Amino acid sequence: MKIFSLITVAAVFCASGAKAEPVAPSDVKFEDGAVVQSLTGIVGDPAEGREVFKGRKLGNCLACHVNADMPEESFHGEVGPEIAGVASRWEEAQLRAIVVNSKMVFEDTIMPSFYRDAGYTRPLEGFEGMTILTAQQVEDVISYLQTLKED
Amino acid sequence: MNIKALLAGITCFGVAGLAAHAGQDAKLSIDGEVLTTQAAAPAHTENLDEIYSGWLFRSGETQALQLDDFDNPGFVFVDQAIDEYSKVDGSAGKSCASCHENVEDFAGLRPTLPRVEGAELVSMEDLINNCRTERMGAEPWKWSGGKMTGMTALIGVQSRGLPMSVAIDGAAAPFWEKGKELYYKRVGQLDMSCSNCHEDNYNKMIRADHLSQGQINGFPTYRLKNAKLNSIHARFKGCMKNIRAQPFKEGGDEFKSLELYIASRAEGLAVETPSVRN
Ligand code: HEC
Ligand code: HEC
Repeated sequence: MKIFSLITVAAVFCASGAKAEPVAPSDVKFEDGAVVQSLTGIVGDPAEGREVFKGRKLGNCLACHVNADMPEESFHGEVGPEIAGVASRWEEAQLRAIVVNSKMVFEDTIMPSFYRDAGYTRPLEGFEGMTILTAQQVEDVISYLQTLKED
Repeated sequence: MNIKALLAGITCFGVAGLAAHAGQDAKLSIDGEVLTTQAAAPAHTENLDEIYSGWLFRSGETQALQLDDFDNPGFVFVDQAIDEYSKVDGSAGKSCASCHENVEDFAGLRPTLPRVEGAELVSMEDLINNCRTERMGAEPWKWSGGKMTGMTALIGVQSRGLPMSVAIDGAAAPFWEKGKELYYKRVGQLDMSCSNCHEDNYNKMIRADHLSQGQINGFPTYRLKNAKLNSIHARFKGCMKNIRAQPFKEGGDEFKSLELYIASRAEGLAVETPSVRN
């Protein structure tokens, strides 16, 4: 009985979570360099996030960050800091802020904003009004980053 | 274990200056002539101390292709342009050679372009097309088409070894200012400026690419990637598309101004036309 109702509650929760609209890029709330609220309400999948990290057409984070967790990839960029141990330096909400709009955390950084859809100059045809990653991809990559703790 | 060492190696790079990467102590010596690939930055390039040719950032194998004109695939296109040079085209019944008997006489032109003529900034492509339409009665060539890049290479190579030296004062000043503004302007969905990569981060790896200062002393440049000569404006266009920015028009005012500004940042580097890059 108890278990049954728990499952029902979980099912209802998941269903409503899946239906809920993700937070729009312009509605993301930054407080002290952090974004506390999940963009989707659905916990990110670290395996997907790993793909986002290395995918050239996704986050392409590896273009700029050496990542010791991906020795199978032959080319690691050096424009940004090494990503190893990042979860020991930043909280989840800070990581979300960095990925959503790094300029809110690091002034004048070269790092792109991955969940911003407006305010760009001359966006390439086909990319106008678009974010680089979807809300769920952002949550996925944040979940992945959280697995990268200092040993 | 190996990987750890490799990664450690990667992190060392950017710190130690140019000598850290293979090939950066190399001398660009062609037919016994040593070309200047490194110089003190000109005073108007405030944020750099030294300027470096893109050649220094390429792998040993790619560098080697530029050391001997017989190995340099760009010369296939220079040879085609030699034929084109004396081919009659257009209603006036003339070829380039009808007016400019010796192509060698163009020595000294490449390092001074683009330059202001009347109220306009003109690049070498404009000068060539102007001859075609005004003096030969022929059709203009496409800015980055094969005939044009071949001809700019043929005329450019006459100045090989001479130091880049464009005028940026007087009538050129407003164009130069505009080019500078474009160089530092963030554009595209990745929201980056030319300076973000080529000034702030040169000599670092960006994924598989070793970032250079994005100098244009080697253009048109033969790229292994597409096996042809590439114009300056086509390269600008490629970099803009990579940051998901809508490129300006090849041959348009924006790219010509940017070309002038970037040419001025190469002041003192030798013309390497036609260079080889990956
Ligand atoms: C074009 C380069 C570039 C790309 C692409 C890039 N970053 Fe960054 N990143 C940087 C730089 C540079 C910094 C350091 C901040 C600064 O001072 O500018 C940084 C900082 C960070 C930090 C903080 C690291 C620390 O240890 O303090 C995190 C986390 C991060 N990036 C994650 C990502 C993720 C995830 C992606 C892809 C979705 C990504 N980055 C893509 C350049 C980049
Ligand atoms: C995201 C990084 C990035 C940005 C931003 C960027 N470039 Fe590049 N550029 C590269 C890479 C990578 C190469 C190939 C390796 C090299 O020579 O640096 C390159 C090459 C070049 C070259 C060829 C250099 C040579 O020796 O053959 C020129 C010229 C150039 N870029 C100009 C520009 C201009 C102009 C802009 C701005 C409109 C720009 N780049 C923006 C990454 C970038």
